[in-house]
Amino acid sequence: MAQIIIKNVRKEFGDFTAVKESSFTIEDGEFFMLLGPSGCGKTTTLRMIAGLELPTSGEIYLDGEEISQKPPSQRDIAFVFQMFALYPHMNVYKNLSYPLVSQGMARRDVKAKVEDVATILGIQNILKKPVGGLSGGDRQRVALGRAIVRDPKAFMMDEPLGALDAEFREHMAEELRALHDRMGATTVYVTHDQLEAMQMGDKIVVMNNAVVEQFGTPQEIYDKPATMFVADFIGSPSMNFLPFDGSVAEGAQTVDLQGHSMTVPRQMQGASGKLVFGVRPEHVTLSDTGAYRGEVLATEYLGTTQIITLDTPNGALKARAPAGQVATVGEKIGLGFKGEAVTLFDENSGRALRSELNEGIVTHG
Amino acid sequence: MSSFSVTEPSTRSKWFAGSLVILYALITMVPLAWIMLTGFKSPADAISYPPKVIFDPTLEGYVNLFTTRTRQTDEFLAANPPETWYEEIVRQYDMVIAGPSKFGERFLNSVIIGFGSTFLSVFLGTLAAYAFSRFKIPLADDLLFFILSTRMMPPIAVAIPIFLMYRQLGLSDTHLGMILLYTAVNISLAVWLLKSFIDGIPTEYEEAALIDGYTRFQAFYKVVLPQAATGIASTAIFCLIFAWNEYAFAVLLTSGTAQTAPPFIPTIIGVGGLDWPAVAAGATIFLLPVMIFTVALRKHLLRGITFGAVRK
Repeated sequence: MAQIIIKNVRKEFGDFTAVKESSFTIEDGEFFMLLGPSGCGKTTTLRMIAGLELPTSGEIYLDGEEISQKPPSQRDIAFVFQMFALYPHMNVYKNLSYPLVSQGMARRDVKAKVEDVATILGIQNILKKPVGGLSGGDRQRVALGRAIVRDPKAFMMDEPLGALDAEFREHMAEELRALHDRMGATTVYVTHDQLEAMQMGDKIVVMNNAVVEQFGTPQEIYDKPATMFVADFIGSPSMNFLPFDGSVAEGAQTVDLQGHSMTVPRQMQGASGKLVFGVRPEHVTLSDTGAYRGEVLATEYLGTTQIITLDTPNGALKARAPAGQVATVGEKIGLGFKGEAVTLFDENSGRALRSELNEGIVTHG
Repeated sequence: MSSFSVTEPSTRSKWFAGSLVILYALITMVPLAWIMLTGFKSPADAISYPPKVIFDPTLEGYVNLFTTRTRQTDEFLAANPPETWYEEIVRQYDMVIAGPSKFGERFLNSVIIGFGSTFLSVFLGTLAAYAFSRFKIPLADDLLFFILSTRMMPPIAVAIPIFLMYRQLGLSDTHLGMILLYTAVNISLAVWLLKSFIDGIPTEYEEAALIDGYTRFQAFYKVVLPQAATGIASTAIFCLIFAWNEYAFAVLLTSGTAQTAPPFIPTIIGVGGLDWPAVAAGATIFLLPVMIFTVALRKHLLRGITFGAVRK
């Protein structure tokens, strides 16, 4: 088991830059999520850690050893492919034993080890079957088995649940997380599904357009987004952005939104011009006393809560309210915001302004 | 329940399609059957009109194919009664067997040259196709086009330069020369066919093998090759059929040592009149290796072994 350090890693394919200087650290035993939309460079980053791509520049440390230019066979990292990539001409047993055979392990030890892993994953009864006829879940388990069978230093997983049915995914996600907790192995997991990332990850890196946008725990990423991209990508519905022209001074605790003074966390950075007031739907309260008002456009009933879409002087806004709250379309309702949870952004750079809330998280800008 | 289904063809159309296929098979098989039957006819039956479908089978054609015969005096014939069944067949015409014909040798030449060039074409073709499919090769498209362009004119158009070149190099009428020539002609087909097969094999398999601790060559050998078996088998059949049947270069470049069966079989006609049964017997034996090879590899032609292993 090992710590992985990614340092200024960059990858170019001809004229195309897939990953721009990226740095982050994956601690020993962490379940680490690489999250982002398709084409953001997350899979390329994963493949560079595994050695399937060599970085154009930068360093990768595994357990303190620089490995960025080593072939994958010398890295002791296992990889679970999205499409599983089980060897089609071998049965389940042979698929599982293949990584051990390459190390020259004795036949008896191989057998014992494969049976061990098969027991952990509950696939003892299909060892003799060809992989072609297996169900999606069993293929997934065989692919996992092939990864864990040789006790590698770290696991790379490229959207391993992407090929499964939605229903089965949830179950497999739990199984995967339980397996990780049991083995305690450093795992790097690529996904474009923010819910999956929040659910399973100890830490998340959010990537977009070849750049690391933010790196932290799920709570930090959700509560203290460093950029508008992260705030928008994480959470469903995503964070509300209310654009306004104005300025905030360093130390300010309020901003002026269309003549209404709104509480914000104490700002550590002054700014002016085109700014954005960012607030999560659950931090919007509906109250008749509020001076800042919005007109109800639509309501979506979700069981315990409802999502109310409103038209405000600063644009559309979604609020998460208790299901019992009465809101009729066309009605004008006063709005309040939970001030200590608000993030201000600079619209041009897309970055969050530093404040008491996100201090220590947002270092750049 | 309706009798109409979108996915399953009706019984009537299945019957219709089935009869069409059988009819087509019969039509294409008539000449083959005719050649095989003629091989077992006597020379008289072979040229009788109307053609005989029912006749007394004889191995005369095969005996004539594998032997050379001479006419002998009555005294010699009386003094040496025939000892074997094939000598008896020859004796009907007051002839004796002088020795084996060249057919055996020529047939062996065909086997060596045909299978030798097929092996070489497929071996080189697989390596080249893998490289073109998986690695970034400078000018890859131009190289592939160049390889294909060797087939843009009939090979016989360059017969004279090749003839002169072979004479200079001492490759005329040698097995090596013919193997190299047929390999040169077949390699473009092999590279193109195999490249498309290898392109269809997901790279994840090799990547999985690389991760599992194997070298690039081991991954190619242990993971890619078994899955390319279908493509390799069908490519080998195409290459063998070309090399096996090639006539023009064989006539031009071989005369003795390395002569293959195709230029030899017609020469049978010239020996002792129009011996159609012997020609037919030669053609029948000539057909067998390709048929056996194709039947042996048909499993690979019919079935894709990668089915279902990767979810699409």
